[in-house]
Amino acid sequence: MSIPTEYVLALSAVLFSLGVIGVLVRRNALVVFMSVELMLNSANLAFIAFARAYQSLSGQVFVFFTITVAAAEVAVGLALIVAIFRSKHSIDVDQMSSLKG
Amino acid sequence: MSVDLILFFTLAAIAVITAVGMLASRNAVYSTLLLVLNFVTVAVLYLVLNAAFIAMVQVTVYAGAIMVLFLFVVMLLGSEQLPPSTRLRWQIPLAVVLGLLLLGEALYAVFSLRGSSLEAPEVAAAFGSPSSVGLFLFRSYLLPVEVASILLLVAMLGAIVLTRVERRKAK
Repeated sequence: MSIPTEYVLALSAVLFSLGVIGVLVRRNALVVFMSVELMLNSANLAFIAFARAYQSLSGQVFVFFTITVAAAEVAVGLALIVAIFRSKHSIDVDQMSSLKG
Repeated sequence: MSVDLILFFTLAAIAVITAVGMLASRNAVYSTLLLVLNFVTVAVLYLVLNAAFIAMVQVTVYAGAIMVLFLFVVMLLGSEQLPPSTRLRWQIPLAVVLGLLLLGEALYAVFSLRGSSLEAPEVAAAFGSPSSVGLFLFRSYLLPVEVASILLLVAMLGAIVLTRVERRKAK
């Protein structure tokens, strides 16, 4: 396996930046949420790369826990989106401005 | 260029193209399916990087369970496409510029500040196999596993409470 760690970290950085751009650009709350998942996934990729570079299984175990937390976050987040849709009949994040002065 | 590098660059190209497609797609269903493809591609990359167990978890939990939940909610709400809005048009180029700035900083940090040579580490064949990861998980990380199970229980209860229809007013 002759893939340098730096290349994997570079791919992780590219995916993370794409996730940031997605959170900032898209208005559909579900796509914003998916961009957050993309960022979590790129962090997992960096963990796997460092686990291989330092010969430590702790990195892989940490990815396991990140996936667990992501599953819990998706369950609660999608429930919130459904609740917001029920009251506002839209999931456009630009319209969630009830506190605007 | 070795076979491993060709494989890596192919997988990286697929991952980046699917991520860009997810952001650019007008239809949220296409976005979800492209993200599933992205996660499966990253799972194959985990296999190449000596993380077989995590690759399988990625396919079953992320691409299987979580993204199916996303697809279910997208179709349940019927909100595949939003009507176009003219508000905040200026924030799209600003967000792209700031995102690319972040990318440049991260790439600079990866390639220059670490200061190591571009060499691949040597790993044992059993590194990251399901048995080694399982033994490590239940020997060194037993308490965090229990905490994670409680976290999943709390998330399940929270989802039930948040989506419950209020019936007390009807009585």
